This record gives sequence, structure tokens and C-alpha cells, in this order.
Amino acid sequence: MLEKALRGNKSYFAWIGFLLILVGMGFGFYLRQLGFGLGITGMSRDVSWGLYIGQFTFLVGVAASAVMLVLPYYLHNYKVFGKITILGEFLAVAAVTMCLSFIVVDLGRPDRAFNVLLYPTPNSVLFWDMVVLNGYLFLNIFVGWTVLESEAKSVPPPKWIKPFIYLSIPWAVSIHTVTAFLYAGLPGRGFWLSAIMAPRFLGSAFAAGPALLILICLFLRKYTKFDAGWEAIQSLAKIVTYAMIISVFFVLCELFTVFYSQIPEHMYHFLYLFVGLHGHSGLVPWMWASTILAAIALIIMINPNTRNSPGTLTIGCAAVFFSLWIEKGITLVITGYIPSPLETITEYHPTLPEIGIVIGVWALGFLIMSVLYKVALSVKAESA
Amino acid sequence: MYNAGKIIIGIVIFLALITAPFWYNLGRPSAPPKLEIGTQEKQCVESKAFMQAKHMVLLDQWRDEVVRDGKRIYVNSTGKQFNMSLQNTCTKCHSSKTKFCDRCHTYLNVAPNCWDCHIAPKEQEKLAGRSDK
Amino acid sequence: MDDTRRSFLKIAGLSMLGFGAKPVVDAVAGTGDPKFEKDSKAFNGKRWAMVVDQQKCLKAKEGCKDCVAACNSAHNIPEFNNPKDEIKWIWQTSFEHAFPGQENPYLNEYIKKSLKGLPFMVLCNHCDNPPCVRVCPVQATFRRPDGIVVMDYHRCIGCRFCMAACPYGARNLNWSDPRPFIKKENPEYPTRTRGVVEKCNFCSELLAVGKMPACVDACKEKALVFGDLEDPNSEIRELLRSRPTIQRKPQLGTRPQIYYIL
Repeated sequence: MLEKALRGNKSYFAWIGFLLILVGMGFGFYLRQLGFGLGITGMSRDVSWGLYIGQFTFLVGVAASAVMLVLPYYLHNYKVFGKITILGEFLAVAAVTMCLSFIVVDLGRPDRAFNVLLYPTPNSVLFWDMVVLNGYLFLNIFVGWTVLESEAKSVPPPKWIKPFIYLSIPWAVSIHTVTAFLYAGLPGRGFWLSAIMAPRFLGSAFAAGPALLILICLFLRKYTKFDAGWEAIQSLAKIVTYAMIISVFFVLCELFTVFYSQIPEHMYHFLYLFVGLHGHSGLVPWMWASTILAAIALIIMINPNTRNSPGTLTIGCAAVFFSLWIEKGITLVITGYIPSPLETITEYHPTLPEIGIVIGVWALGFLIMSVLYKVALSVKAESA
Repeated sequence: MYNAGKIIIGIVIFLALITAPFWYNLGRPSAPPKLEIGTQEKQCVESKAFMQAKHMVLLDQWRDEVVRDGKRIYVNSTGKQFNMSLQNTCTKCHSSKTKFCDRCHTYLNVAPNCWDCHIAPKEQEKLAGRSDK
Repeated sequence: MDDTRRSFLKIAGLSMLGFGAKPVVDAVAGTGDPKFEKDSKAFNGKRWAMVVDQQKCLKAKEGCKDCVAACNSAHNIPEFNNPKDEIKWIWQTSFEHAFPGQENPYLNEYIKKSLKGLPFMVLCNHCDNPPCVRVCPVQATFRRPDGIVVMDYHRCIGCRFCMAACPYGARNLNWSDPRPFIKKENPEYPTRTRGVVEKCNFCSELLAVGKMPACVDACKEKALVFGDLEDPNSEIRELLRSRPTIQRKPQLGTRPQIYYIL
């Protein structure tokens, strides 16, 4: 079926070409990083995880959002999502590939990555992260491809695929639970040491992922012949709304705990984020941007009139996506390190090669998604 | 076969290219490298045959025993004791990396990365390490 | 056809036994097998720890950094001179940074007046319950039975999870090749490559040949006392019995093994 991705109109190939250029640029920067070392990025002794791991953290959530389509459709027979479950699954494939790519580019010794398999360490959450991410990637490729191929041949999917579909539901929850556990179990990082880390990840995953999916569906509705169905888009929008409310509520819970208990050590991180600390305020504009975007998102998404109209829905979903991208992809990881365990402050500024690699990996994800979506949409068009 | 002529020519070219490593150097035998052992000592940690075949395995064992098990003394097959250290034992005798280690490694296109961390002996113009050192 | 298939399977099954033959022969044979032992000179401590005695450190010359210099030269530690890339195994910092959250204005007065604003030496605490060991996905960092938390530079993949986990900021990544930044190479100790994490190793290479850690040896005032906690007659136990000590962040349950006398 992959050959369907080789046929398309001029704009399709222009898009693919553009993505390939970005991937090439990212790869070029990565070769420089391989030659020089991670010092080419903005990471430092005090802030030892930066954009790469931040983006990985955000994308794990996006990847898990496929379950928001699979669960209603397969478990509860919600037929409305029938047309777009494949889009969710293929988005998951692209997102998990981005996650794994971000991890690889972040490694100091990528030539030794195989050690994680050679020396399995069950007490390390990173080991389990590798297991669940790769398992989820395999599940989505396997399930998506099998179901799509059945559709291409105009036959119902084989019965043996059902257990894998059911497995992908708890597995989706596991990927960001395990990723949240990377952070939530570290005694030295008070900003992350919160019991609601995993619930926060779930909340933002089910808001950001489906929001992206809505944006893609609206785009496809406008520029291709594929119509996901207004009812499906509306259901997704309701999911995004509730998930966004819960996400924001969770952040407010964190703020209350920290500022009512008034423990200085816990307050410092949030002060750094919202007002700056000891003259350092690098992330303050980002945090307020995320907050304002979240407010805009909630206003648009809660009001049914604006949620039901494509124009405002687009703005609302974009606001959700970017608000959470800033919150999980940038502020969450970096603020864990500021202040440091010795209560010093070293700020983090990504460098050009670092940003280049980040863009390259995003382009790779979009490339995989575009190719897979082209296949899926072609199959649906042909079998209709 | 359709386009038989083009295909057969293509196959011939492909076979020629893929066997190139074999016929490219025909008639130009390159001798195995001569190693300058670097010392007057007659006995290495183990026998020459053993070391030729298995020095990499031995070094891996040494690495794991020293770093992971905290043991630093190697008792070889004849009962003699050595300090397990590439940097401090092996190179005490094999005092020139370029004239000993690199000769075979370059010939066989092998690039062990020990020397990224372990400091190679400084090359000297004079005699390489004498056995009394 | 069935018959031929059956006989093939029978022969295949018998041949599989052959795979087991060599290991058995090897195990039963065994000529002069090599053995691996500890050096006879090695210290045999059961639980290594260190006391930092600020009262003794007070007697040192102004701006003394002998322990830091000794460690840096013994271990080929590169000097990057910028806070982004710097690598430090033992270093000096103020009381507020060594013991964040424990400061109070009157203690600060004591440190300023009675301790003359003396900095505190901080290093890896070689915890009994180390979070860095818990998180390492490849066991490149592990705790030895004698308490030392060791780095295996051959195995480290540079994921920096241990750096995130350490509550004491004791770990360092080589962000680029360290070799150009090493002032004077110690030919008896290796360097590290870029991409691996490193930290204080309690000089396990010196303990293995019966020598004290470099920092302990270098301190002229004997402010660093290193010894075996399981030996009730050791100098360190005597010191811990006679003087009150504090640890860094004990409430985290890491059970650090560096004790400070104020």
C-alpha cells in the first residue's frame, strides 16, 4: 500500500520536498553534534536535559491520544469515530517515532544505545520507557496497517487483530504514565516530585493530541476530498475541552499546594516560571504565553458556539496545542533544574544547531505522518 | 525475457562491481605487518598464540574484573601475577602504540576505541621501553 | 514423503545435542584457568565513608584548594572554566548551597564569624541508597559492596538520567572531548570520552593498592578523614563518636556517607 504515497499532486510533492529539506538540515546539524559532542547544545552541568527531552515528553502525550479514538470506537462501538481511528493510529506512529528520535539525538553515546537491550535493568524507569514506547510503536503500525489493508481489500479486519487493538488501549496509558514516572520518582527534583505528574501527563495528552487531530481533519476537509465527519470532529472537540479543563485544573492544584504550604524549596521553581527568581526570568514570557493561550483555549472551547464553528474551533485547538507544547515541551523539563539541587541558578538557552535538530525531527515526524496519511486517505478514497 | 540484452549486461556489471574487492588487488600481495614488540621481555601476560587470537577477549575480561568486580590482579595460566591494566601493564612493555598495536589494526581495518580514554604511551625517538623499567 | 520428513527431524534433533557437547567438554576440561584476585596491598574496608571537619579546614591557608587540585590532577579532570561545561568531582561551595534549606540567619552569623565564612567541600556522597544507581538503565553506575558508587565509563550511554536523579548535583557529563582541556595528564589514570557521565569515585584505584584518596592525602590539616565505618576502632568512627555531624539532605533517604563537622 505504500506505493500510494508515491502518487499525488504538485502541492503534495512540494510539501514532501519541503519536509525532506528540513530533515536533511536537521541531519546535517546532528552530524555536527556527533562530531563535537552535546556541548553544541545549550545544555549544561546544571540543566542536563533540555529541548530534546522536553519535546520527547510532549510528544509522548500526543502519541497516546490515539487511544481517545480507539477506546470509544472499539470498546464502546462509537461508530462516529470509524473513519478516523486510522488517523489517530498513524499519528501515534509518527509521534512515537519522533519520541524515539529525540531520545537518540539526546544520547551522549548513541553508539552504545544497544546497551539498554544488552543489560536490561528493571529497576530503571528508562528501561521500561524503552519497552513501552517500542511496543506502542509496533502495536500501532501493526494494527493500523492490518485494518487499513482489510479496508483496501473491502473485507472486515481479521479476528486476531482484536486482542492487539484492546492491548493498545492500556498500553497507550502506559506510555505516558511511564514517562511521567521518569520525572516523578526523583527525590532531588522537587518540581517533578508530585503524585499528579502522571495524571497531568494524561490530561495534557488527551487535550493536545486530539486538538492536533482536529486541526488535521479540518485541514483535510478544506484541502482534500477527505471528510472526517462533523460529528466526529465535534466529539473530539468535546474531549479536548474536558481534557484541557482537567489539565489546567491540575496545574492550579500544583500552584495551590506549593504556595499555600509556603515551602521555599518548592516555591522557587514556580516563582522562576511566573515572575523570575533572583533576576533570572528566561522562562517567564514562555510561561505567561502558555497561560494566556490556555485561557483563550478554554474560552473558545467551553463556549459551544465557538466550539461548533470551524474558524474559531481552529483557533481554539491551536491555542490548546501550543499552550501545552510550551508547558510540557519547554517549561516542565527545564524548570526541574532551576534552581539546581544546590539552589544555584543556571539558565538554559538552546543553540542554533540544537533548534535545527529539533526542527529536523519534527519534520521527520510530519513526513512519516504525511506519507501514512496519504496511504490511508488513498485507500479510503479507492474503497469507497 | 524482455529486454534480455540490457538485463544481462546489467547483471554482468553488477557482478563485476560486487566482486571488485577481490580482483582489485590481485597480484599485489600485501605482507602481514611486522610488529615491533617494544621490549626485550620474552613473555607476555599469556603465550603469543593466545594473545594473537584472544587479546581483545582478555582485555574485555580485565575491564569487567577491574571496573565492575574490583579485582586488579591477574594470575595467568602459569601462575604469574599481573596488574590488570592496559595503560599501566601492557604499555609498560609494548611502549609504542604506532609500531605495535596500530600495525595490525590498520592492516585489518579495525579501530578499537580504547585509546579514546586510555592514554597511549608517548612516542619516543629512543629505544622503546626496556625490560628493566 | 512423511517418512523422509520424520527421519530428517530425528537426525536434526540428534544433531542439536551436538551443540551441547562443546560447552560440557569445555567445562569438564579446564586447564590452567586464569584467576582474578584483589591486590594484597588493597584496603579491605566494608563500608567506606568520609568526614569533613570544618574546624580543621579552618586552620588551612587562605583560599586553600589542595584537595580539589589533587583530585583534578590525579584523575585528568579537564578545566573548561565555564559553568556550562565544567567538570568537578570535589569542589567548594557556601553553606547555603551545600545545605540548602538548613540555613538560618544565626547559623549564618556563626559561619561568618566563627568559621570565617569558610566554604564547604562537596562531592559525591556515595549514598547507601543511591537514586542515581536506581535510575541507570544500563547499570553503568552501580554500588559496590563496600559502599562506593562507581562509574563504568565503558558502558555509560550518556542519557543523563543519573544527573537528573542526583539530589546533590555531584555528577558531570563530558559535553565535548575533554582531552584538549586537561592541564597535565596523569599517565597512570585514563581520561574519559565525550558523552559519558563522571563523578568522584572515592579513588577506588588508589584504595585498591593500599593508598588513601587523593584529596585526603593532599589535605595538610587532615580535615578530610576517610575510613571504614564497619571498623569500630577506625579513626572515622572515633571522630563520629566524639563530634556531632550533619549530612546533606538526609530527609531524602539516600543515606549519604559524607559527614560534616561544623
